[in-house]
Amino acid sequence: MADYGLAPLLQKWGNPGNMGVCVACFERDIAGALGLHRADLVQYIRPEIVGFVLGSLVAAYLFKEYRSRLGSAPIVRFVLGVFAMIGALVFLGCPWRAALRLAGGDGNAILGLLGLIFGIWIGTLFLKGGYNLGRTQQTHHTAGWMLPIFMVGLLLLMFVFPQITGEAKSGVLFYSVKGPGSMHAPLAVSLVVGLLIGFLAQRSRFCTMGAIRDFILFRQMHLLSGFIALIVTALVVNFILGQFKPGFDGQPVAHTMHLWNFLGMALSGLAFCLAGGCPGRQLFLTGEGDGDAAVFVMGMIVGAGIAHNFGLASSATGVGPYGIPAVGIGFAVCLFIGLTMRKNIA
Amino acid sequence: MATTIDARGLSCPQPVLMTLDEIKAGKADEIIVMVDNDASKENVSRAAVSRGWTVADCGEKDGVFNVTIKKG
Repeated sequence: MADYGLAPLLQKWGNPGNMGVCVACFERDIAGALGLHRADLVQYIRPEIVGFVLGSLVAAYLFKEYRSRLGSAPIVRFVLGVFAMIGALVFLGCPWRAALRLAGGDGNAILGLLGLIFGIWIGTLFLKGGYNLGRTQQTHHTAGWMLPIFMVGLLLLMFVFPQITGEAKSGVLFYSVKGPGSMHAPLAVSLVVGLLIGFLAQRSRFCTMGAIRDFILFRQMHLLSGFIALIVTALVVNFILGQFKPGFDGQPVAHTMHLWNFLGMALSGLAFCLAGGCPGRQLFLTGEGDGDAAVFVMGMIVGAGIAHNFGLASSATGVGPYGIPAVGIGFAVCLFIGLTMRKNIA
Repeated sequence: MATTIDARGLSCPQPVLMTLDEIKAGKADEIIVMVDNDASKENVSRAAVSRGWTVADCGEKDGVFNVTIKKG
């Protein structure tokens, strides 16, 4: 339970509003720091993401659950990652942030969470109809290490090219001088909290998509109780820290276009469901050696680049110029995948 | 009658869906579900228990868990 209160604390320590932790936003910031997009307000290598993967890796090794595996339709997972990110950036957040936004009093998050449930519900219809991405295969340890090594590389880049106050670039890395990308807790704090959450989430199998999916499919409350505990704990901590500000207008890094908050998250929810995990869970799976989850993560990072380069991502003023058609295309692609990849798993 | 489900290489919810389908079919009173990750082992066991079945064994061999569940 303790880790659920850490997100609002990260906000207190410097992270953006109602964004103590957001996997989609943070991967988008990483894409920006690497120059995959040039939205100058959202560029920062978020050490929390590095911590999630490495914390999970440590837990997986300690408890003998590390198993290098891949081969379950990687390109499909990449595409799902791209559209999961595009949907998340139309809403402005992953499911974790939707929960944290709600816990911070942002009413727009209600639309996002309803959209998430709707998208996952569509996904469960495909699952019931025999949808699956096929079997994985065990492989060399090295394959499972690829994304954890990439994460270590990102961290090393931060040490070699540290942020310089007031500078938008340090060596090869881009940094934000203002905006959400400039707001962050101290590196060591972010990293340690990330490691802790990664470790605990690997053990608990924490997954926001799985929470809703398993309730719809099996009436299983196991994961859902964790998701609800996150919202309740974050709400309590926000009250204590004076960070609870109810309303729809003027919420941090949020817009009030209800339909697109709903549909953006619905697209993400569908993509998460088809890919078998929320963005956080995909990072934790990566730490366990799941190379397919790693491909999904890469899809999300590339998706963030596409979203900002093509004007698909929303901002506080509303959806981006091409955000609406992108959601339409995303649904078409996800429905095509869901309808055509069935059974035949022998 | 005992049945075996090969859910190796599949991640949840597939192993659980396959197990529940077999339980619903009503032919088997013992099902051995082969899975190769801990999360699936836990999920299959939890789903079986929630349907009133018992988990008799979860033995691991070469990275594969043979989750044996029995009716009643």
